[in-house]
Amino acid sequence: MAGLLALVVSSFWSLDLQWAQFFSAEAAASMGRFVGEFFPPDLSPAFLRKVGVGMAETLAMSLLGTLLAVVGGLALALPASKGQQLLRAPTRAVLNALRSIPELVWAALLLISAGLGPFAGTVALALHTTGVLGRLFAESIENAPAGPAFALRAQGAGTLQVFFYATLPQVLPQVMSYTLYRWENNIRAAAVLGVVGAGGLGQLLAFHMGLFHMAKTATILAAMLLLVALVDSLSYAWRRGLTR
Amino acid sequence: MNAANPTNPTNPALTPPADRDPAWWPRVFWCSAALVLLWPLMVATEFKPWVLLEASSLRVSGRFIGSFFPPALDAEFLTLVARDTWRTVAIATAGITLAWVIAVPLTLLSTRVLSISALSGRMATLPFVARQAVRWLLIVLRSVPELVWALIFVRVVGLGPTSGVLAIALTYGGMLGKVYAEILESGEPLATQTLLRNGSGRMQAFFYALLPGSSAELVSYTVYRWECAIRSSVVLGFVGAGGLGQQLDNAMKMFNGGEVATLLLVFMALVALADRVSALLRKGLA
Repeated sequence: MAGLLALVVSSFWSLDLQWAQFFSAEAAASMGRFVGEFFPPDLSPAFLRKVGVGMAETLAMSLLGTLLAVVGGLALALPASKGQQLLRAPTRAVLNALRSIPELVWAALLLISAGLGPFAGTVALALHTTGVLGRLFAESIENAPAGPAFALRAQGAGTLQVFFYATLPQVLPQVMSYTLYRWENNIRAAAVLGVVGAGGLGQLLAFHMGLFHMAKTATILAAMLLLVALVDSLSYAWRRGLTR
Repeated sequence: MNAANPTNPTNPALTPPADRDPAWWPRVFWCSAALVLLWPLMVATEFKPWVLLEASSLRVSGRFIGSFFPPALDAEFLTLVARDTWRTVAIATAGITLAWVIAVPLTLLSTRVLSISALSGRMATLPFVARQAVRWLLIVLRSVPELVWALIFVRVVGLGPTSGVLAIALTYGGMLGKVYAEILESGEPLATQTLLRNGSGRMQAFFYALLPGSSAELVSYTVYRWECAIRSSVVLGFVGAGGLGQQLDNAMKMFNGGEVATLLLVFMALVALADRVSALLRKGLA
């Protein structure tokens, strides 16, 4: 308990945060001016079309990244689950490495090979999400009841056949649920990956914010919130459909 | 006569079982649907994996990955890394503390369990609208990605840890507020309702009835979010909030593979350490 308090106090003290600067009257005035520049947001048709394209690109990035991650995650989940003695540890290590590096860092690394644009963002999302989903799928496979798999193995089916016809149908509802959860997360990540150059709304945002086009920035922020709300409600509806 | 004739079986018991997969049709349908959906997605995201395998791209990537070994281990750089690691942890801790300060009053305002008008069965309109408004505030705080908050704050307060701390405080305040309210509502409401019915104030009901039951879960979730905040603070460093993220951004821009390798290793070790500390704290405090 005391250690916790010490950690909190030393964090605030060592960071030298500029509270005075933030809370002074002139700071409040400049913040007020800054917020005022956001309204009215830029709603011209030409710009709205660009934002629409950005929204479609971001949505496509998140969808494709998540789909690729499901395939990759399923492929890596089987070796990472309890049945495989030899491959389990290295596959788990690979999944942990993929998982612990945030999407933004992956995107920044991949920009060097893949160039600017949404391709780097898609692959970055796919890599990170493969790590997350692979681990979640492996745990689902381990927790699935062993009856059907055992019955097929007793009849002489190979490992892959046992996986496709016994294990996969059992864990499919959980796989869908985890996939929808990661899609909700990935749409938020896709929206900001563009800040390092990976395309979509984030690239538009960083571009216009850098030029201090605050009205356009307000439109892009509203588009981001709209996209997140859209994906959240689609995911919710799909979930309701699945569990009916 | 027909029952014994295999070439013209009319008795279903003697019909050989079909040789095809009973789930064939839905599997083919969904796989085809995925493939049809895939094409416009790949066009929209400029998905060209062969670009990665072009000669020029391979040369650049090869050189970059080759420069990862050996990782930069000179004393001056390691001191810098150590200082920035502490800064990352400090930004995350300060951010979560402020997030907690924001979340606690908003939770108390939005949770249904402390509603006096709901004791009689249905909440009155004004308290309901007030609680929904607080919930919407929490949703807005939560939906704006913290990177966007950080970009905005960097423009107002300048580069440095303040923008990172504030970005984490706002986003995580929204997350903590929502989950705290859910944890409080999912507990056993009988003790709270009894106290409220017998005339105790809402804060008394909270401290003596609601908090003791849910404190373990509340602490556990807060520690989990602290661990997430450490990862966020590295990401925020990319837009100028300092710490490991900023060092990583600098090293990548200069194509200094050795430094990038060291920083990535330090980052993965930090995440693993925070994971371990978080698990210990959750077992100890809960």
